Amino acid sequence: MLYREVGQYKTTYEADHAIFPLLQDRIGIAVILAIAFLFVPFTASDFVVNSMLIPILIFALAAIGLNLLTGYAGLISLGTGGFMGVGAYGCYKLATAFPQVNILVPILLSGFFSAAVGVVFGLPSLRIKGFYLAVATLASQFFLSWCFVRVPWLVNYNVSGAIEVPTRTFFGIPITGPNATATTRYLVVLAVVVAMTWLASNLVHGRIGRMWMAVRDMDIAAELIGIRLYRTKLLAFAVSSFYAGVAGAMLVFLWLGASEADSFDINASFLVLFMVIIGGLGSLLGSYLGSVLILGLPIVLRTLPGSLGVPLNSATVEHLQFMIVGALIILFLIVEPNGLARLWQIGKQKLRVWPFPY
Amino acid sequence: MRAKQLVLCAMAAATLGMGILAVPAAAEEGIYVPLLTYRTGPFAGSGIPIANGMHDYLTMLNERDGGIGGAKLIIEECETGYDTKKGVECYEQIKSKHPVVVNPYSTGITLQLIPKAAVDKIPILSMAYGLSASADGNTFPWIFNPPATYWDGLSMIFKYIGDKEGGLDKLKGKTIGYIFFDGGYGREPIPLLEQFAKDYGFTAKQYPVPAAEMQNQSGLWLNVRRDRPAWMIMWGWGAMNPTAIKEAAKINYPLDHFIGVWWSGSDDDARPAGHDGKGYLALNLNGLGASYPAIQEIMKYVVDKGKSQVDSKDRVGENFYDRGVYNSVLVAEAIRNAQHITGKKEVTGEDVRRGFEALKISEARWKELGLPDFAAPIDKVSCSDHNGHHSAYMQQWDGTKWVKVSDWIAPMKDKVRPLLEEAAKDYVAKNQPWPARTEPCDKSS
Repeated sequence: MLYREVGQYKTTYEADHAIFPLLQDRIGIAVILAIAFLFVPFTASDFVVNSMLIPILIFALAAIGLNLLTGYAGLISLGTGGFMGVGAYGCYKLATAFPQVNILVPILLSGFFSAAVGVVFGLPSLRIKGFYLAVATLASQFFLSWCFVRVPWLVNYNVSGAIEVPTRTFFGIPITGPNATATTRYLVVLAVVVAMTWLASNLVHGRIGRMWMAVRDMDIAAELIGIRLYRTKLLAFAVSSFYAGVAGAMLVFLWLGASEADSFDINASFLVLFMVIIGGLGSLLGSYLGSVLILGLPIVLRTLPGSLGVPLNSATVEHLQFMIVGALIILFLIVEPNGLARLWQIGKQKLRVWPFPY
Repeated sequence: MRAKQLVLCAMAAATLGMGILAVPAAAEEGIYVPLLTYRTGPFAGSGIPIANGMHDYLTMLNERDGGIGGAKLIIEECETGYDTKKGVECYEQIKSKHPVVVNPYSTGITLQLIPKAAVDKIPILSMAYGLSASADGNTFPWIFNPPATYWDGLSMIFKYIGDKEGGLDKLKGKTIGYIFFDGGYGREPIPLLEQFAKDYGFTAKQYPVPAAEMQNQSGLWLNVRRDRPAWMIMWGWGAMNPTAIKEAAKINYPLDHFIGVWWSGSDDDARPAGHDGKGYLALNLNGLGASYPAIQEIMKYVVDKGKSQVDSKDRVGENFYDRGVYNSVLVAEAIRNAQHITGKKEVTGEDVRRGFEALKISEARWKELGLPDFAAPIDKVSCSDHNGHHSAYMQQWDGTKWVKVSDWIAPMKDKVRPLLEEAAKDYVAKNQPWPARTEPCDKSS
């Protein structure tokens, strides 16, 4: 009834190809953005912003990166954690080498380091596919983790082997370091993530995205219609790593504030891969949903007994949370193997014909 | 289709729920002492006894004395799983409830919290772990790491080795192996180790153990067998410790030449090796056993009443349980000092910071606390020295339990302190702009 396209005529190809062809969708996205930019910063508590919203956004960005590679180009990667690390360490090196440069510049530039490394480790994808490629990217993950621990130059010869984020300001307001408030950091993260999501959405809806999808669906056919495989695949690796790199840089600079090499170990790679799989392969929305489910749900479950006043000790809550999240992941995958994004689509379809589904 | 609808509804409900949640519960009256603990994950073996010790001593104060100075302690645990990200999440969660002190119980989490402490005005007690350089109170007014730093620990181990060898100059030409947890914690002592190697002319061989390989050290110990180090020194944690002791026993390494730091000496570390682990040495900061009057009171007021989480009574008084008690004694004494200095009952983080700077636990005070000779007297913590560099002793595993085998060993402060001040300067240089200390020193400290 409310969600219906009747009467919305499109007179140009541009309008027909728009990402959100329905007026209701456009209103919806505008409302969400307005809430995220204008409402949340003033109402949410520091804990919600710092422990939930910021990491969810950052990991959603990493998941978008992996989704471009795995969901759109069909190349499985287990190296996301390593690429995030390259971004983080690259950003740290840049930020400490050029302290007078605005911190946003190294955060975005660090993506290029990551892209370069991603292209190098993407080379095997020209010869191998599927699980074998996963193993090759796994090697990159191990190699990069080893570098983060073993190359003291990366941490400026810090004895503790950790990278620490200095305070940097943006128009006089501290946005990194301990003096930056959660809200400022949230707004910076949100702006970067929204901008990069918009970019990704244009990429996948345009020529490049179509090339990726053609390669994903059948690479021989794609080659026959004139798509150059090696360029397409390496571009997918580069763009995906760029996203992961920026996410990694933000993870350290705008969320954690200091980090050791183990923030970018194989578990980070798996985490992002699970987000993509549960959220929905080949869907940008799915990257967000996956991130919310994998990062947000455990925190909610952990705070649930406390805020309801149920006296459970913290270790029990932790065990329960592991069990519940695990069970939910299985449930979601049984109900909808194509991920949460597909569930959302089904919901939308139902809403379209509601209340007369006949 | 039914199932899908159900899931959709559940999702909608969960999304709504998220918005409502995370509203902090109404604050109770009292002094809020959060404990960051880990009873899950690969480090639970080390984490559980410590968590129990910390929790039980503070609960005992509540039960026996009604808190400290008439103010009840609100004790809350937050599970970190020794995971840095979860630790920071815990910190954010407790921050709004105005904790008077935070015990991160992980070097990784401590490193993250150090810059935040001054901003949030919450003192951090990283008892004999964390950043060694944070002992410099002029640079780190909010961080406390008594009774000794890792560097003190390493110098004590070398003093012990020197004793056994008949002088540290006898180490010339020998090899000393250093097996360590490959993270901030294990890497801390390396600069001092390298300096000792230069000073005394031995070769230092490093054997890093990455977190993922903690229980898979057989390859590493083959290298040890090849290198034949005269002494082995270990900076291990969690599942790494028992594995290392078992592997050392397997290659017939003389265990009385294998020395762990105070975090590598829990009962659970040596017990799996059992009789084969006989002879293994570890530093220790606190007394052993449950015979201390204060620990007996914990038995009476907490354990017997079922208010403790220990599995069985005989685990009370294990080394790491007592370490947890030690940690809580430091917290309690700092709160008591803060009450004394300010005259307030309900003290804040700022007051407790001053309380820590005035921390003094003399031999008589230890006795008064019901813990005679439990630890070396804390008498050197001050405004500029947040550590004090106190003594520790060597303990040895006799196949079933730990036995004290040395007297109190004082650290080589002359070697440690310059290194430490340099490290603090280095930290500041790398973290510009670092806030200068604005908190005045109290006269008493």
